[in-house]
Amino acid sequence: MEYYFSAKQMSVGYRKCPLIRNIEIGLKRGEILTLIGPNGAGKTTVLKSIAGQLALIGGVAFLGKENIQHIPDTELAQKMAVVFTDRLRTELLTCEEVVATGRYPYTGHFGILSKQDHAAVREAMEFGHVTEMKDQDFTKISDGQRQRVMLARAICQEPEIIILDEPTSYLDVRYKLEFLSILQKLKREKGLTVIMSLHELELAERVSDQILCIQGEYVDRLGTPAEIFQPSYIGKLFQIECGSYDEKSGSMELEPPEGEAEVFVIAGGGCGRNVYRKLQRQGIPFRTGILYQNDLDYPVAKALAAEVIEAEMFEPVAKALFETAKRQMDRCRRVICCKERFGSLESANRELLLYAGQSGKQVEVSYD
Amino acid sequence: MAMSKQWRYTIAFFLLITGTLLFCILNICIGSTAISLTDIGRMIVGQEIGETERRILWDIRMPRTFAAMILGGALALAGYLLQTFFHNPIAGPFVLGISSGAKMVVALVMVFMMGRAIKVSSAAFIAAAFVGAMLSMGFVLLMSRRVHQMSMLVVSGVMIGYICSAVTELVVTFADDADIVNLHNWSRGSFSGMTWENVAVMSGLIAVTFGAVFLLSKPLSAYQLGETYARNMGVNVRFLRVWMVVLSSMLSACIVAYAGPVSFVGIAAPHLVKSLFGTAKPILMIPACFLGGSAFCLFCDLLARTMFAPTELSISTVTAVFGAPVVLWIMARRKRERNV
Repeated sequence: MEYYFSAKQMSVGYRKCPLIRNIEIGLKRGEILTLIGPNGAGKTTVLKSIAGQLALIGGVAFLGKENIQHIPDTELAQKMAVVFTDRLRTELLTCEEVVATGRYPYTGHFGILSKQDHAAVREAMEFGHVTEMKDQDFTKISDGQRQRVMLARAICQEPEIIILDEPTSYLDVRYKLEFLSILQKLKREKGLTVIMSLHELELAERVSDQILCIQGEYVDRLGTPAEIFQPSYIGKLFQIECGSYDEKSGSMELEPPEGEAEVFVIAGGGCGRNVYRKLQRQGIPFRTGILYQNDLDYPVAKALAAEVIEAEMFEPVAKALFETAKRQMDRCRRVICCKERFGSLESANRELLLYAGQSGKQVEVSYD
Repeated sequence: MAMSKQWRYTIAFFLLITGTLLFCILNICIGSTAISLTDIGRMIVGQEIGETERRILWDIRMPRTFAAMILGGALALAGYLLQTFFHNPIAGPFVLGISSGAKMVVALVMVFMMGRAIKVSSAAFIAAAFVGAMLSMGFVLLMSRRVHQMSMLVVSGVMIGYICSAVTELVVTFADDADIVNLHNWSRGSFSGMTWENVAVMSGLIAVTFGAVFLLSKPLSAYQLGETYARNMGVNVRFLRVWMVVLSSMLSACIVAYAGPVSFVGIAAPHLVKSLFGTAKPILMIPACFLGGSAFCLFCDLLARTMFAPTELSISTVTAVFGAPVVLWIMARRKRERNV
């Protein structure tokens, strides 16, 4: 297998003191590797070490077949660009001039830009969608805009690999998506290899070819998003204590309310989620059912409800399960029905609502 | 846009060169004895002029003017280098105590040598000043590892300056009478008493240093963006930092050895020049700061000589009057911008 970037037995850390040991990475040209892991786990340390900002404490990192530490500075600068969280310090520089600093490894002794350099700057600004900011002072634009200018600067460096540390942190949702789209475009059109860290798990899951999970002192897992986002893995990796993260749907929920459930919610098909969350906000514990395991409401219910009466998907609701639901409802004082009408395969829930009325429960409705 | 920038740079350079030349001429012409331009012209082409005029011109005013021009430029350049080094707009050889450190070692050497009736060459003075400048710089560097706020760094520099000045005062107090007069004038900062030999040595040294700084203009431009990015662009940051320290100390040492400590030029001149050009790019700023410092010092020396003639003011008195408000202005403006 021909890797563009690989790390063998790489140990990283500060001042000869290893923080993360024995990192193994193999990345083909044009792949995106994302580092995820809790705050302070050492994602930045790994990125800085790969970029040659920190000396490796052990092992080797390769670009192609070359040991990164043996590549001359300027040659490495032509191959690798970085976008780090360190604030770029500028004085009286316009955004265009900031982007133009990416040409540094290509200019002569006095750094004078040639025609080709100017063309590369223009092209990079177009590519990064920042052309309209080119005459603005870099210190006077927002953090999000600055991040996009920094990406344009990295593009301008015409690298083969780009290292980004939490590049989307300051961006709003539109620009988060735009930023990652630009990375994908670079990857597809220019065969750019990307190594970055992300806090947004849902984005990491979508954009990455490989994900490296860093957990304090070691790399916990390396794999495709499908391999990483296995049930209950994220909660373990981040040591989530308050609330939960559902790997399948990517939804996260706060802690479920504590205490004896007094409310029963009849839901299904996505109409119950808002009610669940409202009850969570009010601190009212509840039971809910009958939900198929592939229902939109199901992951939220699992995270928030004291009890979920769940039916196996694509199977009719068993008689025994219906009886369980009735018994659960008996223990509640109030019943909230989120369904305005029941489909022909939801007869169990319709009967449950009838049962609630017959047994004299306080029945409320809550339609979206 | 590119075109208008080019124009701005051209005009700015034109202004700086004109200003420097203008103040040069004024410095030569104006004084206790006014000398006309025609006399100067006649002397330059080798025609006879009055002996008094010739001596005033050739032995006093011209070397002094050249010294003010060269040392002023060096001072502004040293300031620019230190500001770049510390990413701090109010760094300079004076506020960081580098001038005072140089002054202290020079005073020690002077008193020690004169006490033994050894004639001190200007090279020895420069060497002593360089040692002193490096000493202070070392302290400032140690401090800068602990304090990251620009104001605190300046405060620690000022403290170092006070310590060095106190030691200097001590040395002066116990020196022989004859030395005191000499030392006292010099330790307050003055361009008086320059000889052609001085001018020759300083211009040689400063020309070499200037050339070295100019050759660093490309890595300096990368360094301005911060060390992380500089390193990514292939700059050997450690090597560059060592050079910046050595070169700025060299420049500061030259100034102190000849003119004593001169305040605020190192901050005010680069800042005014940056505002004039609307950029901080080293390739433009290195020559422009030099010119700006020259013009500024020539202007201040002119005032120092003539304002209360025949009493001469110390050069720092005048540079402080014009330079300190610039520092205040920078600090007030920095507060408003959140990007400090």
